[in-house]
Amino acid sequence: MSLYYVQKLMYQLNRDEHVRTRFGDDRDSLLREYQLTDEERSAIVDGDIGLLYVMGVNGQILMHYAAMIGQEWDEYIEAMREGVRRHGPVRAGLYSMLRDRTA
Amino acid sequence: MSLVFAGVCSHAPGITGRAERADPELRDAFYARLDEMRERLEASRPDALIVIAAVHFANFFMNNMPAYCVGMGASYYGPIEDEEWLGIERTEVPGNADLSRRLIESILPSIDVAYAEEWQFDHGIMVPLHFLTPRYDLPVIPVNVNCQGPPLTPLERAYEFGRALRHACDAVPERIAIVGTGGISHWPATPDSGTINESWDRDFLHRFLRNRREELVAYSDEETLRDAGQGGFEIRTFIAVAGATEGATGELMFYAPIPIFAVGCTVATMAVD
Repeated sequence: MSLYYVQKLMYQLNRDEHVRTRFGDDRDSLLREYQLTDEERSAIVDGDIGLLYVMGVNGQILMHYAAMIGQEWDEYIEAMREGVRRHGPVRAGLYSMLRDRTA
Repeated sequence: MSLVFAGVCSHAPGITGRAERADPELRDAFYARLDEMRERLEASRPDALIVIAAVHFANFFMNNMPAYCVGMGASYYGPIEDEEWLGIERTEVPGNADLSRRLIESILPSIDVAYAEEWQFDHGIMVPLHFLTPRYDLPVIPVNVNCQGPPLTPLERAYEFGRALRHACDAVPERIAIVGTGGISHWPATPDSGTINESWDRDFLHRFLRNRREELVAYSDEETLRDAGQGGFEIRTFIAVAGATEGATGELMFYAPIPIFAVGCTVATMAVD
């Protein structure tokens, strides 16, 4: 798990237009700059919001990534719920300490 | 001069970004109270507005996370989020670098604050400004408290930070307003978005409005996480305002859970002389 780098990439995507441009035009090269597992890399490339949430990406970062890839608010919320149904509870980060209120 | 105005309000992005999805009557009542807060703020004739906001990973990340950071820019930009997503147009917001520097110098003997000359405002500051300084003509000094990426500053320190900020305000000739902005209980940007623990919120607000330090700092983070979600960690912004207005009590102008805004929407002022 390299949750830190998954979140760092999204933090930079959210605030830096140049990183967003590279994400569109030069994605492989950009992603090589972050220490990502294969699962993390494919979750990012596939825009798998549910899996990214289960991995522990903070919603303050993830909700903007979801908006960037075109998800409406309700789709974003549902994608996280679907992620928990498919992959189980959040594995790391702040949310792994929360009681599961959706169960 | 000193502190001429102090208050708190919510900042959730849904307040502007998902406005059309809220119960219109409740939403408009909330907006009306925010507008009344704007009138009170303007009547205090401030030279600058300090906004004590929560970190949302817009400017600071876990590579170098300040517990407290004060802006020291001549101007700022926001929102960092997509304009359409937030429902607020991107704009330049004036700062006051010289005033920031003097405030920071006064705070440092008590609290080891970081400072930042660059700052892109996220919803945590832009949503309050949208209602309180809609013409963006009042110099703003942003403050961030890390309420999002543990380890977090203890509640006692948030109160002390508020006291240090007040001391700094008392030491400058300008008329200063302070607005703290955070959620109380909420689970923002998670599958539990929209969950609000109203009784916990009202109990916290009761403690805040009476401004009794011991009651405000009595929460453990484990209790807050259990009862008020990770968003509850943002009570640090309210507690800092309580520290800045030590000895004063407050008036609750509005509180109502609005689930599509993902927070118990709150407007309150503290009586400052």
